[in-house]
Amino acid sequence: MSEYVIEMLNITKEFPGIKANDNITLQLKHGEVHALLGENGAGKSTLMSVLFGLYQPEAGVIKKDGKEVKINNPNDANALHIGMVHQHFKLVEIFTVLDNIILGAEPNKMGFLKKAEARKKVLELSEKYGLQVDPDAKIEDISVGMQQRVEILKMLYRDNEILIFDEPTAVLTPQEIDELMEIMRNFTKEGKSILFITHKLNEIMAVADRCTVLRKGKYMGTVDIKNTTKEELSRMMVGRDVKFEVDKEPQKLGDVVLDVQHVTVPSKLHSNNAVKDVSFQVRAGEIVCLAGIEGNGQTQFVYALTGLDKMSHGKITMLGHDITRAKIRERSKLGMSHIPEDRHKHGLVLDFTLEQNLVLQRYWQPEFQKYGFIKNAEVRKYAERLIRENDIRSGQGPITTVRSMSGGNQQKAIVAREIDKNPELLVAVQPTRGLDVGAIEGVHKQLVAQRDAGKAVLLVSLELEEVMSVPDRILVMYEGEIVGEFDPKKTTVQELGLYMAGAKNMYRDVEKKGGAEA
Amino acid sequence: MKKGLISILSSVISILIGLLFGLILLLIVNPAQAFPKFGEMLTAGFSSAPKLAKVLYQAAPLIMTGLAVAFAFKTGLFNIVASGQYTVGAFTALACAIIFQMPWWVCLIASMIAGAVWGFFPGLFKSLFNVNEVITSIMFNWIGMMAVNLLCMNLKNAAGLNVMLPTAWVSSPIKDRTAALSYANPNAMIPKMGLDKLFNSNFMNISIFIAIVVAVIMWVILNRTTFGYELKACGFNKNASIYAGINAKRNIVLSMVIAGALAGLGGGIYYLAGTAEYTIQKLLLPMGFNGISVALLATSNPIGTIFSALFISYIQVGGESLQPVFAKEMIDIIIAVIIYLSAFALLTKTILSKYIRLDKSNVNAEPASAAPVKPDVKPTLKESEGEKA
Repeated sequence: MSEYVIEMLNITKEFPGIKANDNITLQLKHGEVHALLGENGAGKSTLMSVLFGLYQPEAGVIKKDGKEVKINNPNDANALHIGMVHQHFKLVEIFTVLDNIILGAEPNKMGFLKKAEARKKVLELSEKYGLQVDPDAKIEDISVGMQQRVEILKMLYRDNEILIFDEPTAVLTPQEIDELMEIMRNFTKEGKSILFITHKLNEIMAVADRCTVLRKGKYMGTVDIKNTTKEELSRMMVGRDVKFEVDKEPQKLGDVVLDVQHVTVPSKLHSNNAVKDVSFQVRAGEIVCLAGIEGNGQTQFVYALTGLDKMSHGKITMLGHDITRAKIRERSKLGMSHIPEDRHKHGLVLDFTLEQNLVLQRYWQPEFQKYGFIKNAEVRKYAERLIRENDIRSGQGPITTVRSMSGGNQQKAIVAREIDKNPELLVAVQPTRGLDVGAIEGVHKQLVAQRDAGKAVLLVSLELEEVMSVPDRILVMYEGEIVGEFDPKKTTVQELGLYMAGAKNMYRDVEKKGGAEA
Repeated sequence: MKKGLISILSSVISILIGLLFGLILLLIVNPAQAFPKFGEMLTAGFSSAPKLAKVLYQAAPLIMTGLAVAFAFKTGLFNIVASGQYTVGAFTALACAIIFQMPWWVCLIASMIAGAVWGFFPGLFKSLFNVNEVITSIMFNWIGMMAVNLLCMNLKNAAGLNVMLPTAWVSSPIKDRTAALSYANPNAMIPKMGLDKLFNSNFMNISIFIAIVVAVIMWVILNRTTFGYELKACGFNKNASIYAGINAKRNIVLSMVIAGALAGLGGGIYYLAGTAEYTIQKLLLPMGFNGISVALLATSNPIGTIFSALFISYIQVGGESLQPVFAKEMIDIIIAVIIYLSAFALLTKTILSKYIRLDKSNVNAEPASAAPVKPDVKPTLKESEGEKA
């Protein structure tokens, strides 16, 4: 038997205008965690699509256990026991966990489902690997972390031996990430092989045995994690040294830009309020970070702040104007920019071209239209400038359909668009989600440049590294309330963690919380 | 450019498949006559000036209903109420012409307003209460048709005469259709500008040019204006359009209003030609539903709508030439099969773009490889035309 369970040798795959994979070799050993590292658009997804038979490479061969195989479609891949957890889960929202797991591999007798058998197998697997799920819960009702466990169980249910995780930690809380790492280690003990696609260096250092690095479609090499460092990996990936700290000028605080008073937002899911009596200010020349674990009211607060949703109580003032009930366009005209949390839902019109998306917030300005007619030449010129300045990579430049771009480049386009508006207040919600270290560095620089230019920035982040390095002030949100305010220079991750988990509250005694509310 | 080519190509391929199925049906029913009659059907529209006039005459309202569906599609709405909009537009135009003795252009404006009102309500319910527009649209189709029937039968003037019916104008026993414009109000007939002489046909007037101009205007609105940009943004991703400060609710209503005005105008230009009277209907008028085929065949492109409407009108006129060898029902089935398969343009487009993407890796190669296919297709049509001549 070959040392390698899967080998992809000298794979080349071209698309119109771009060589997505140029002579790439990836060899996965039995029982190892192999990381696949690369910037956005480096060709990781393309390589995986080739492995799954979604694309046919122009050159190169794929071998399983040393024997050459031909993979024409995902069913072939499945037959070779290759399974994948996609970055965006492929689950049927209104089906139960069990139904989703067996979907496509339903055990049946003459066309009648044999669910009891399936349930037994799923429960056994879930027990064995510590993947707790409720087989009867509907997907739409369970957390993202739980959904991911369903995806993993899907692979195990099909007896997959080669497990591919595509940026699995992007949607998880720190605790869930730790759990996932543990689960991955268990899998390799069982002899399963894992391909771990990511651009988070810390995770690679923590869990991977070896790492293959791609850059702009080219193969940069494979390294043993034991013999390398974070710095070396990032240099291989980006092609230059990457700074992990953020340089900031001394702070020059200006006037109050944003004044939030007693904002309360009702929840769509339950009768409680999602945001409870939140008050704070953001001044010119500072970055304030709203930190917290996902689902503690940050999203609803940002919706109310940016006008996407209504609040039930409170008042928001921006630059002296009451914007509590202002329309989104009015807020935009006042100088508010918004990098949204969900780029596919809010940030982009995926079927528009890149240039159309880049003017999404400005197409109505005199610069881009006259008597209601869009000035196409101006739009093109503007888009070309943003693409150049922000290194937004795509197949066909301004006329690329955004749907066909990689997630990281989509995010870059949004960031470029929002910052180029030259806003007085920038509301950035997880602006680096799904970006690689090089791009993260770029976004952080842009945020700090805004601050240094005397603008106000409200950053909403789940990433502790970002929370500690970028802002001037940290506000921790827990269950819709602000429970603490910190100076990042004077606090620690551990202290923040206690507040984020609700174990501490600066403004009242946690033990008496129940009584205080009653 | 590349996308446009794929769109045209897929429509043409769909048409060819549809024609092939039509031929197979003919062969099954009457093998001996199938080929000559099929050839005749394909060439009838061009066989004489009056036939061509008929093609253009029917194509004009089809372009309008096709645009009504296509425009709403672009905004993410399924305007299935085109038939109702067309009917109320037709009635309003006729009422303005016969009862109020208005000139033709006032009648056309009135038909647009009536159609717009019929688009407004489904749009309003959709935007305010998120009621699926398909449901309200189907209801509004019937409401529109029944209301028009009712009004046609019961609009009485002070003297107790129903002026909509021929009995008020000439001695006629006909009670189920409106009075002809030729005696009721010749001023309301759409100008012919000598085209009737040129084509030697009473069907010919300027309506086809009105329809083409409107289609071009729609294309400009969708592709060149901020308003079109907003409408398309709403259609593709409502959330993102709201995020960008676009008033999505207003745009949904506006889109339906414009679509309604287009279909209403279609009703106006058809019935103001003076060659047809509105007959009391028991079924929804097919013109609105054919608009759906027209829009699908054109993959919702306003300019494409012109050509797909011409094609469907051409096939309909051609179908008449199958009589009496084939039963009238058979002809309807064959036309339906052709139109039905032609509407597969979107599916063909998906398959085609996939094939082209897989096969070609070089951008420059694509136009070159796709281009020869188009001339290939046209001669096929012309050859069969030649057969007959």
